[in-house]
Amino acid sequence: MNPNEEKVKIITEEFTENDEDAQVRRQKKKSRAQRQQRKKQPRTPGPEEMVSENCHVGPPLEPGEEKPDTHLLSTTARRGPRSLPPVPSTSRTGFAEFSMRERMREKLQAARSKAESALLQEIPTPRPRRLRSPSERESETEFGTEPSKEIQGTQQEDDLKSYTRVKFHDSVRKLKSKSQAPPGFPSAEEAYNFFIFNFDPGPEEQEEKPTVICRDGANQEEEEGEEEGPAQTGDETGEEGLLDGKDAEDFLLGLDPTAHNFVTVRAAEYESTHIRLQKEKEVLFVPSRLTVPTYKKLPENVQPRFLEDEGLYIGARPEVARNNQNIMENRLLMQESGRKWFGDDGRVLALPSPIKPSPSRPPQFTQELSNKAELETLYKKATKYIHRHQHMIGSGDPPGNFQLDIDISGLIFTHHPCFSREHVLASKLAQLYDQYLARHQRNKAKFLTDKLQALRNAVQTGLNPEKSHHSLDTTQTNINEYKSEIRQTRKLRDAEQEKDRTLLKNIIKVWKEMKSLREFQRFTNTPLKLVLRKEKVDQKADEEAYEAEIQAEINELLEEHAEEYAQKMEEYKTSHQQWKAWKKAQRAKKKKNKQAAEENPDEEGGEPFPEEEPVKPIPPEPTDTAIIEQQVRERAVHSRRRPGEPKLVPELTLAGNTTPNEQCPRVEVLRREDVKRRSVYLKVLFNNKEVSRTVSRQLGADFRVHFGQIFNLQIFNWPESLTLQVYETVGHSSTTLLAEVFLPIPETTLVTGRAPIEEVEFSSSQHVTLDHEGVGSGVPFSFEADGSNQLILMTSGKVSHSVAWAIGENGIPLIPPLSQQNIGFRSALKRADAISSIGTSGLTDMKKLAKWAAESKLDPNDPNNAPLMQLISIATSGESYIPNFFRIEQLQQEFNFVSDEELSRSKRFRLLSLRSQEVPEFRNYKQIPIYDREIMEKVFQDYEKRLRDRNVIETKDHLDAHRATVAKYLQQVRESVVNRFLIAKHHFLLTDLVAEEEVPNISSEGSGILGLSLFKLAEQKRPLKPRRKGRKKVTAQNLSDGDIKLLVNIIRAYDIPVRKPIVSKFQQPSRSSRTFREPHAASPSAHSPAHSADYPLSQVLVRPFVEVSFQRTICHTTTAEGPNPSWNEELELPFRAPNEDYSTASLQSVKDDVYINIFDEVLYDVLEDDRERGSGIHTRIERHWLGCVKIPFSTIYFQTRIDGTFKIDIPPVLLGYSKEHNMIMERGFDYARSLSEGSYITLFITIEPQLVPAEPVREKFDSQEDEKLLQATEKFQAECALKFPHRQCLTTVIDISGKTVFITRYLKPLNPPPELLNVYPNNSQATTELVARYVSLIPFLPDSVSFAGICDLWSTSDQFLDLLAGDEEEHAVLLCNYFLSLGKKAWLVMGNAIPEGPTAYVLSREKNHYLIWNPCSGHCYGQYDTFCPLKTVGCLIGPDNIWFNIQEHDSPLRINFDVTKPKLWKSFFSRSLPYPGLSSVQPEELIYQRTDKAAVAELQDRIEKILKEKIMDWRPRHLTRWNRYCTSTLRHFLPLLESSQGDDVEDEHRAELLKQLGDYRFSGFPLHMPYSEVKPLIEAVYSTGVHNIDVPNVEFALAVYIHPYPKNVLSVWIYVASLIRNR
Amino acid sequence: MAAASPSVFLLMINGQVESAQFPEYDDLYCKYCFVYGQDWAPMAGLEEGISQIASKSQNVQRALVWNFPIDVTFKSTNPYGWPQIVLSVYGPDVFGNDVVRGYGAVHVPFSPGRYKKTIPMFVPESTSTLQKFTSWFMGRRPEYTDPKVVAQSEGREVTRVRSQGFATLIFNVVTKDLRKLGYDTGPAGTQNILGPSLPQSNLQ
Repeated sequence: MNPNEEKVKIITEEFTENDEDAQVRRQKKKSRAQRQQRKKQPRTPGPEEMVSENCHVGPPLEPGEEKPDTHLLSTTARRGPRSLPPVPSTSRTGFAEFSMRERMREKLQAARSKAESALLQEIPTPRPRRLRSPSERESETEFGTEPSKEIQGTQQEDDLKSYTRVKFHDSVRKLKSKSQAPPGFPSAEEAYNFFIFNFDPGPEEQEEKPTVICRDGANQEEEEGEEEGPAQTGDETGEEGLLDGKDAEDFLLGLDPTAHNFVTVRAAEYESTHIRLQKEKEVLFVPSRLTVPTYKKLPENVQPRFLEDEGLYIGARPEVARNNQNIMENRLLMQESGRKWFGDDGRVLALPSPIKPSPSRPPQFTQELSNKAELETLYKKATKYIHRHQHMIGSGDPPGNFQLDIDISGLIFTHHPCFSREHVLASKLAQLYDQYLARHQRNKAKFLTDKLQALRNAVQTGLNPEKSHHSLDTTQTNINEYKSEIRQTRKLRDAEQEKDRTLLKNIIKVWKEMKSLREFQRFTNTPLKLVLRKEKVDQKADEEAYEAEIQAEINELLEEHAEEYAQKMEEYKTSHQQWKAWKKAQRAKKKKNKQAAEENPDEEGGEPFPEEEPVKPIPPEPTDTAIIEQQVRERAVHSRRRPGEPKLVPELTLAGNTTPNEQCPRVEVLRREDVKRRSVYLKVLFNNKEVSRTVSRQLGADFRVHFGQIFNLQIFNWPESLTLQVYETVGHSSTTLLAEVFLPIPETTLVTGRAPIEEVEFSSSQHVTLDHEGVGSGVPFSFEADGSNQLILMTSGKVSHSVAWAIGENGIPLIPPLSQQNIGFRSALKRADAISSIGTSGLTDMKKLAKWAAESKLDPNDPNNAPLMQLISIATSGESYIPNFFRIEQLQQEFNFVSDEELSRSKRFRLLSLRSQEVPEFRNYKQIPIYDREIMEKVFQDYEKRLRDRNVIETKDHLDAHRATVAKYLQQVRESVVNRFLIAKHHFLLTDLVAEEEVPNISSEGSGILGLSLFKLAEQKRPLKPRRKGRKKVTAQNLSDGDIKLLVNIIRAYDIPVRKPIVSKFQQPSRSSRTFREPHAASPSAHSPAHSADYPLSQVLVRPFVEVSFQRTICHTTTAEGPNPSWNEELELPFRAPNEDYSTASLQSVKDDVYINIFDEVLYDVLEDDRERGSGIHTRIERHWLGCVKIPFSTIYFQTRIDGTFKIDIPPVLLGYSKEHNMIMERGFDYARSLSEGSYITLFITIEPQLVPAEPVREKFDSQEDEKLLQATEKFQAECALKFPHRQCLTTVIDISGKTVFITRYLKPLNPPPELLNVYPNNSQATTELVARYVSLIPFLPDSVSFAGICDLWSTSDQFLDLLAGDEEEHAVLLCNYFLSLGKKAWLVMGNAIPEGPTAYVLSREKNHYLIWNPCSGHCYGQYDTFCPLKTVGCLIGPDNIWFNIQEHDSPLRINFDVTKPKLWKSFFSRSLPYPGLSSVQPEELIYQRTDKAAVAELQDRIEKILKEKIMDWRPRHLTRWNRYCTSTLRHFLPLLESSQGDDVEDEHRAELLKQLGDYRFSGFPLHMPYSEVKPLIEAVYSTGVHNIDVPNVEFALAVYIHPYPKNVLSVWIYVASLIRNR
Repeated sequence: MAAASPSVFLLMINGQVESAQFPEYDDLYCKYCFVYGQDWAPMAGLEEGISQIASKSQNVQRALVWNFPIDVTFKSTNPYGWPQIVLSVYGPDVFGNDVVRGYGAVHVPFSPGRYKKTIPMFVPESTSTLQKFTSWFMGRRPEYTDPKVVAQSEGREVTRVRSQGFATLIFNVVTKDLRKLGYDTGPAGTQNILGPSLPQSNLQ
């Protein structure tokens, strides 16, 4: 039973009880609100709920309310304005069944209607508006559709729902009939009925068309109209009960909440099956299965039309069962306009069946492999991509289009070690024969003979006309020319003929030798056989020709000689004349001389003959014909075939038989076998790269190898060299390179098919001696039995080959254009045949090209030439302008929204572009103003200044030109590195973006262990023994100021200097200045009770406190007491990144230091009057600086935490304080400590939150090291890391130019400055310390600061000294090198130290112990010093080896430094990998310039001045007075300190000071620093807090001393002191 | 005065993270934040917010409805770096660990008006199947180190993501002085209606 329905019933009975108006009123209001709420409720609940809700409350109510209103208005139009007549009441009074209930209801109704009308009058506007408002109408329509939906829903739902629905309808009908029977008598039921009736318009109608409604929701509008009808009727019928209904409804609603309390039980309703079926029949529609007659399906009076019969094509309809079709048709006909579903033929419209009868996909025959035709694989050539190369051909060219064909046909050895003697001869013979053949082919002798003949004829014919025309000079000269030519030709012919003859003779000779050799050795090796064929000649004719030839020659010679004779005679005559003349002159001279000699005989001998005596010319002899004839004949005999002698034609054949193996001696058999074992192949090298090789062929008995292979080289590079390498393999053993053959690169015109086979000779220089018949190579051998006449033959041979360019498919030679001429036009001209053949000469000049094209008659219709023709036509027409450049971004201009000038002029744009370039000044610039005018000019000032200063050396900060340049240089290096880093920063790794769990790994340690993390699930949430968990690391992306804090935990200190008791005689014990604490000094203090108890009563305490200053923020601890105080306090200092840039790059380059200063708090009683002592305390607190520890921020950043005990940097002189040496030594702890001098402080420093240091950029740097060495280093490091992952192992480092260098190359003895060596010539210990001090004076600059993000760069010692800045490695390398040069054994120690972290120290071996040197401070520690900052030792590096620590421990205290023990130290170079003798990267020797003393003095003055000004600046509210006298005293004292290095001067100094400044209370100390810049000096002075004294009569003294060391290394001493005059 | 020549323009955004469709997950909450350029500054309202946990509705759509209001006003001098809203959705996995269920981002619409934006949500994928399993098992799915990554293009090439669902946002955008400063963002038709002349004529 539906509870809601029950409720309704209950409520109707409830009215009797609730009779109070007020209550009703109240509840009515409530109900209104409820209704309003309900109105908003979505109409989404299930249909069941819907039905029940419709019965009394919920959405249906609202239209009910509205509709009465509309009718109300309409009725009032009839009845009168606005008055709501109590019609029902009048009618009701006369009614028989007058009950209490009805009366009650009447009353309520009256009141209700009154109120209603009042309400209506009160708010007249909302009502009409609501009536009009479309939303209301909408709700109406919505409501109207509701029941239809219900019905639809119920139809689809199960029985239960339909049952309730039916029931509902039933009740509706019942009620309806009831209301009609007694009209004008509304009851609660009637009212209810009314509403129901109203909402559920005509069930019959609904039943008729439920499917229509469900199909198209768009028809709602129409339906709404239809529903209006029933609603109207309902109103008419229940007009009387209208108001009652409404009121009743109000009641119902109002009473609704209370109704929950009542329950009535009724019998279950039952309906008979018959009735139900009947009802169902009204609702349900069951389509018939019968065939629908055609006329029903078609419009009236239309005959069915069959298209198929008319000849039109109709596809086969899909198969549908007949009865299904009928059902569908019936169903369709039930619908309105159902006919549209039917076609002309009276059947349901249908598309032809989409299913094909046969499969269209080809059948697959997976099993049948034979049927491969369809599935044949096509081979496609792999296409190569173009890779960048310097010889690359223009990118526009299609790659791999060029082909070089190399045809290697064969190889012939002209000599081979396996040649037997016979072979040697045979090859000689073959060569000679080849020569003969070549000569014979050319037949030069014949050609020359013919030429001679022709010339002679010409002379003859020339001479004949001469006789007729004597005067013609031209013919004469012609004849002369002919004659001289005849002469030459004759000579040539004779030479040729002679050569021919000798060649022939040689051939015969060699053949004879060979024959004799064969006979001698009794076997034949070669098939060579020479046959001399005689050609018979006609004896007579031959003789005649011979004779004629000789005669002609004789004649010519005679003629020649005659001419010559004539010429000579001529010459003779002239010279004879001359001689005669000379003779005469001589004679005359002699006479003169004689006379002169008589006059003065001395001169005679001294005067030589001034002229040479010309030889008396000999008259030429006339030629003798006989002699000439004889000569000619002799020559002819020598060089020419004798007349009648048969012509000899040698023919070399291979027809001979070689002796088979069985008949040969053993040595020969061996030789032959050896030959058989040998095989030869060739490698083809293209541009020195092996591209292919021939097959390996066995060496034949004739020492010929036939390859016959053609290699097609697909190339894209222009060939530079083409080489063949001849390799020989003996048996299965090694392959030897016999020789290299360089092939010429073919001409571009040489294409395949036209190239001749060419032979290239090669020879090898190898020496081979064989133990058999083979003659060997490069070794002497002889044919003679006695071994004379030795020959040395080298292996040599010939390769026959041809190289040519291949021709492409379309006949274009595949020749790459010359890469040198890179011209932009090429892409347009590519593939054009002509281009490659003209080279590229014509390309640059269009006119030339056009000219060439015209001359070469290019076919303009050939498509191959089309681009060329087009280009030419453009070029020659001159109309279009061809720019001589190519624009990449043609459209850029259109996209420029302002011109470049405007862009650069606008400050805003400039600012924007600078910001996007991440220029440091503007990187984080926020809110760039929108107008130019709002941008201040000074924004750019810093940036512009920086740009300007880039090349200008700023000396203000440095005061030293050299350092300024160095700083500038470093700045530039840094900038470039930072720029590189910025680019790298934009390359993200997955881990940068995605936080992901590591790959679980069972074996490795760490958080990613799968097993352990599984256990973690089960582990307790709060274990009893909690383990330390790693802090969460923060990537520095979204940090801002104040997010990062520096936590400094100061735990305790040891051995703080204590105040000296004031016992000095100079110091008068004055009442006013006695220390306040003095009386209480002996009293036990809470902080150090144990200590103070032990102290003698006279002991003056020290009250130290620690002040930490970082970035000018100062925090300090409370004051503790005693020399071994314990603070245990945590100080928190904020951290500000430069420019608010919290990126890792920026954080790394923070150069700030954390200063941890230890002060002594001194309280002075300043009470003026002793009488007031009872009533007041006046004390002044003074603090005296005792020392400091300086830790760079970068160290903290990289180490993430710093934990340890540090040595306090205490000034060498602390006036008034002394170290307590006479400490009580009972405890072992004290004993250990007192071994080393100095004070110590235990600290813990970290950054909160923990920042992730940037991963160093892991680049693979190129190197000049040997590849094998690099591999060895990697292997070594991997092995070391496997064993001891936390120990540092360094084998290669990166030098300043970014190259990987093997580390030992840095170590080499280098000379220290000679000045230092001369200081203590006899004391090596002191010299060592001085050298260490010198090294420590070179300023320290961490690499991470200078080269942020890049790993360590190691500079060589000379670079280091030039830069005067470097980090631990550079210091250590220099110190180690000095030690080596001093003859010590020294090593570089790579390990971890505090506070530096991974660092480099120097280990030196003294006589019987080891010393560890901190190169940056110059201090040395014994191996067993507990306070040695070096905590772990990873590896030692010497000049020639690296030793990795494989001992169990790595603390220097617990390890053995004996590197010779291989069990303790794993060495890099060992027996398996010997030291290859690596050259050093260090210079031969270091050259030290003397430092300019004048400049140093000037610098000293300037620093002093600057510091004084600074101190005055820091004391803005006080007057700063300088005590000049004291200053000068201090200034004299400082050099002393330098020379003694701050030792053992305190006492004298104090004495001296006290003597001079007797009546001052003095507190001060010298500071010592290496000099790099002024800023650190200022910081150091500031951190001491000297300026903080605000005693009114305080005076200051400040002295600066700079001690120059060679190479501009400066040691700076600053003495600051405050003086207070004692009264 | 200032109104005559403004030096900044204002962008007022209100709306809500209306609902989301995550077919596979239930009981999710979302977090939104804005990513904007250097020239932008929030003036009023909340830049970031975390919604309540919403369960799926029972109807067919199975939408997670947050109806989480957004109300923020920015000022800026430069449209470069126009604000983007970045949405990240979290919810418990099978074992009750809170894991990320989706990231998504969209630019705030440029022109005034009411907009309904549906943005796809995605999560980064594990790099290997093994890691996928362990991350599922351990309840530590891969997440972006910073949800704001999804609003930037840099570095995204190294990630692989998987689509998870959709979120629907409603924006009501109001701008001030944008046109006065020379930026015309409105649709072509609104030029006359939204121009600065309109309030002036009202005043006269």
